[in-house]
Amino acid sequence: MSTANHTGGFHHAHHFDSAEHQYESSKQGIWLFLVTEILMFGGLFVGYSIYHSLYPQVFHAGSKQLSVVLGALNTVVLLFSSFTMALGINYVQRGLKNKAIIALAVTIACAAIFMVVKFFEYTHKFHVGTVPGKYAYTEELSASGEKVTKVGALLAEANKLSVAEREHKLHLDETEYEHLTLLERTKNWPLFFGFYFVMSGIHGLHVLAGAFLIFWVLLKVIKNQVGPEYYTPVEGVGLFWHVVDLIWIYLFPLLYLVG
Amino acid sequence: MAHEQHNYLNHQKGIWSWLTTLDHKRIGIMYFVAIMSFFFLGGVFALLVRAELFTPGKTLFSADVYNRMMTYHGAIMVFMVIVPGIPAIFGNFVLPIMIGAKDVAFPRLNLMSWYMLMIGAAITGSTLFLENVDTGWTFYTPYSSIKTGMGVIPMVLGVFIIGFSSILTGLNFIVTTHKLRAPGMTMNRIPLMVWALYSTAILQVLATPVLAITLLLLIAEKTLGVGIFDPQLGGDPVLFQHFFWFYSHPAVYIMILPAMGVISELVATYSRKIIFGYTAIAYSSLAIAGVSFLVWGHHMFVSGQSEFAGVLFSFITMLVGVPTAIKLFNWIATMYKGSIRLDAPMLFAIGFMFLFTIGGLTGVYLASTGMDIHFHDTYFVVAHFHYVMVGGTLMALMGALIYWFPKVTGKIYSDLLGRISWVFIFSGFNVTFFPQFILGNMGMPRRYYDYLPTFTELNQMSTFGSWLIGTGFLVGLFGVFYALLKGKEAGNNPFGGKTLEWTIPSPPPHENFEKTPVLTGGPYEYR
Ligand code: HEM
Ligand SMILES: [Cu+2]
Repeated sequence: MSTANHTGGFHHAHHFDSAEHQYESSKQGIWLFLVTEILMFGGLFVGYSIYHSLYPQVFHAGSKQLSVVLGALNTVVLLFSSFTMALGINYVQRGLKNKAIIALAVTIACAAIFMVVKFFEYTHKFHVGTVPGKYAYTEELSASGEKVTKVGALLAEANKLSVAEREHKLHLDETEYEHLTLLERTKNWPLFFGFYFVMSGIHGLHVLAGAFLIFWVLLKVIKNQVGPEYYTPVEGVGLFWHVVDLIWIYLFPLLYLVG
Repeated sequence: MAHEQHNYLNHQKGIWSWLTTLDHKRIGIMYFVAIMSFFFLGGVFALLVRAELFTPGKTLFSADVYNRMMTYHGAIMVFMVIVPGIPAIFGNFVLPIMIGAKDVAFPRLNLMSWYMLMIGAAITGSTLFLENVDTGWTFYTPYSSIKTGMGVIPMVLGVFIIGFSSILTGLNFIVTTHKLRAPGMTMNRIPLMVWALYSTAILQVLATPVLAITLLLLIAEKTLGVGIFDPQLGGDPVLFQHFFWFYSHPAVYIMILPAMGVISELVATYSRKIIFGYTAIAYSSLAIAGVSFLVWGHHMFVSGQSEFAGVLFSFITMLVGVPTAIKLFNWIATMYKGSIRLDAPMLFAIGFMFLFTIGGLTGVYLASTGMDIHFHDTYFVVAHFHYVMVGGTLMALMGALIYWFPKVTGKIYSDLLGRISWVFIFSGFNVTFFPQFILGNMGMPRRYYDYLPTFTELNQMSTFGSWLIGTGFLVGLFGVFYALLKGKEAGNNPFGGKTLEWTIPSPPPHENFEKTPVLTGGPYEYR
């Protein structure tokens, strides 16, 4: 274990001059880590924009399958949680322990709401047959007993529908539907959902990780391990949470609103 | 000695104190042990691969086994040996001391990085027993995603975790360099080794996340078939190559920049002269780091990218030569009229300059789009990258080992054994890889199990050379044990180095410095 020095009741590790010095170093480390997070998602954004420009219709049609209402709900939830997180940090800095606990707990609750909504979105997608690539092409028996792929079933259904029903069920109007050439409809359809599941999936994992981290600092608050003199972990986790939100703010329009 | 000195090695005792240590020096040693074990494994694979190529057709084992061994050789060497090598071992040990700090900024994170390397290596290594991988270390789609077995998933997951370890080490070094320099140690006074490690760290932090997402996508592709790299589903396998090389070209400099840092230290110490062009060497590291992000397309000249892209990538690639040449000329200018001592580390440094120059110049051939079409995926490429990575990085690693050995252990590494090792490695290296330039030019493709009978002699020469290299490294390893058991007491500064690590006892005390040093001048003030 490293020997610890004392300044104002709080520790700093032996290789730092002061608590202030340690705080600044930690903060720089956290920022650098966040840069790597953004770069990692950056790879996905690059891939997304390439394919979006290659198959605009497919992406347009795909995004119409997503529920803007649920997406928007989640956006609001996350924005609100960013606010409560910021409040939490502020309360910790000012030593308002009980308020801090409430603010952090609310943040965790928001993360939970987000995940529940995502759960319903995902299961609904699986239910109607929009699944990631490979499974969209796995064959199964249709109602009439013939072998069809998930995509095939989806399109067969779309073809059977009247224009109005199509608009209602698939959120596609007539011209949009015509725009999807047969090839695109059968072949590249799942690509959009490939991106959707990967991007929102990796983001979802980050939400879970964030919730876990917030829980960790919440415990620290309860145990009085952080307070006005020392709040680096709270602030670090807060920054992470803001970046997770920020990424969603980009994902939402890209996935739900394109077109 | 009358009373036992108190130092970082006897500060705490027992294996557990090592496995939980937060001391950057001990962590450096743990990296050394781990990475050298990987190196041994990768080396055995290399010797087997080469042995198989001793005759055309089947020599020892089947084509399938050959592909697997080649894959493990490449993946182990790249991801577990050369990339972490110098920064994790020597960077950990000397960087904090060189800037007058007591430790790295985040000691816990440092330990965690080591564990991540171990976990990643274990997961990757497990595929050796579960389901061998035969994709080559580049994991190109669609072969990796559609054709071959599921072993790719744990393999790639392991590499992903190793990448994480690399990111965290880089992050740690950046903050350490920014925040923990001793008073008076301005950025323009830090040793060149630190500049090199710092530039490397920037690359690690900026490039590795792209590898991370690429590997995650590959896993998603293989498990869910998301279609991003699968033409059947509208994706494009070439996108994988773009992503992969966007990391892996900068990774080449993650491998070589630390080596250049070592060479700068060696050249300064063994020429006993103030280093020529400190600023130029320092900033050329940053320049190399910057340019290296813009050149990935030179791996894809024949991938069907546009002609314009080809020309552009070709041009930018050649630009990297400029800062590299600046370094080389500055080292030579430093040696010029210096009182050069040809101790083993200096021999390795000179070996580095020689081999790296050949590797670099042949790189210019490959960077010319027209030539590349001739040389693409032939043994010319194999020779080129071995000259750069092995001739460059491993030479520096050996030099660093012998140079800092006394500081780390308090014992002198036998110079004679170092020289013998050098003779074997250096000559063996040329015997192994020079013929491969010729083979490549004659058209022998790489990654092939079989070859035309006309290539036999050169291949046999090459295989023979690999035994010489193997011997050289075994001598080097023997030197380590010999020095530990029989080595002379080193004293603080056996080679007359000027950087801070030579001002403290060997082995260093637990906290590096009795009291924080205050700097009044640059790092290499010989005369
Ligand atoms: C005794 C020394 C070595 C010998 C004899 C050797 C030999 C070989 C051979 C025969 C191949 C297969 C080439 C092909 O068919 O394309 C190969 C590939 C490779 N080697 Fe080495 N090697 C040695 C050391 C190293 C070291 C130290 C590194 C670390 C940088 C390294 C990195 C690689 C890589 C990255 C590949 C490509 C693997 C792939 O294409 O998947 N080698 N080596
Ligand atoms: Cu390259």
